[in-house]
Amino acid sequence: MCANREKLNFRCGLRDGLPIALGYLSVSFTFGITAVNMGIPPITAILISLTNLTSAGQVAGIGIIAARGGLAEMAMAQLIINLRYALMSLSLSQRLDKNWKLFHRVTAAFCVTDEVFAVASGKADELPTRYMYGLMILPYLFWGGGTTVGALLGAVLPEMIKSALGIAIYGMFIAIIIPPAKKSRGVLCVVIMAAALSWFIYYMPYLDFISSGISIIICTVIAAALGALIFPRSESEVNANE
Amino acid sequence: MSDAAYLFASVAVMAGVTYLIRMLPLAAFRKKIQNKFVLDFLYYVPYAVLSAMTIPAVFYSSNSLLSAAAGFLVAAVLAFFERGLLTVAVCACAGVFLLELII
Repeated sequence: MCANREKLNFRCGLRDGLPIALGYLSVSFTFGITAVNMGIPPITAILISLTNLTSAGQVAGIGIIAARGGLAEMAMAQLIINLRYALMSLSLSQRLDKNWKLFHRVTAAFCVTDEVFAVASGKADELPTRYMYGLMILPYLFWGGGTTVGALLGAVLPEMIKSALGIAIYGMFIAIIIPPAKKSRGVLCVVIMAAALSWFIYYMPYLDFISSGISIIICTVIAAALGALIFPRSESEVNANE
Repeated sequence: MSDAAYLFASVAVMAGVTYLIRMLPLAAFRKKIQNKFVLDFLYYVPYAVLSAMTIPAVFYSSNSLLSAAAGFLVAAVLAFFERGLLTVAVCACAGVFLLELII
């Protein structure tokens, strides 16, 4: 991490971006494998990673494509799943220095991810364009690179290895949701409600018409809305997460 | 629509929607969201999404329900003890692999 007193230049951004990039390598590798396992052509999987840069949205997206879901369903699912980025972009927009012309804003918007946002938010100073580009470039390249390796290997690996690797991305999701669920009753209840609803929709015979993308939308909206209603975050929780 | 056209259209829709969500607030809006419910809703969204995507899909992620369940159990226990993303994922894979060797 660059020290807070250090000048936020391009090199400093690169240094902060490297740990994020290394983390993305494994996630995007498993995304590539998962996509090919679902029957998505490797080139399509790579194209998705190069144009999206978001794990949850991409996994939902390949699920919809694998089921040959409609384009409206795709748009709706991406909107709901990725809506949190709007909040992050909004928050970042308040912290940029005065050199951010429209061109830089529309370019940098491409790489607003949870991790990039978290690191950028931790800086005390206003954010210069150079620092943000430095921060974003390695995560972007590694995200595309990891997907490429995963998608190409996924096509040639033996069946037994592929079968074992299929669970990797879900393992990562589980590793993301369980630790905060231990600490926050709200998160725990949201996780349980979403899982229960998703399970219910999947197994109820009369609900077969609900595709995977629509199911994710329904579960997310209901569970997150109930969470916000029943477990509104206290002042200290809100501050801890900003 | 041909398969190639469908794939291309789907990826374009995915990328377009995802980009607009990120770009519009950064380029156009300058105000902060004040509504507490909306803020809390957006805070819970990632957890709800990941949970709904994992259950029940994780149980169909390998060649057999049993091996996937074993992998899920390994992942859940390690995540409970707050191991890193990579550790949890690799051990879940190892769990699936070992169980498939046995059965």
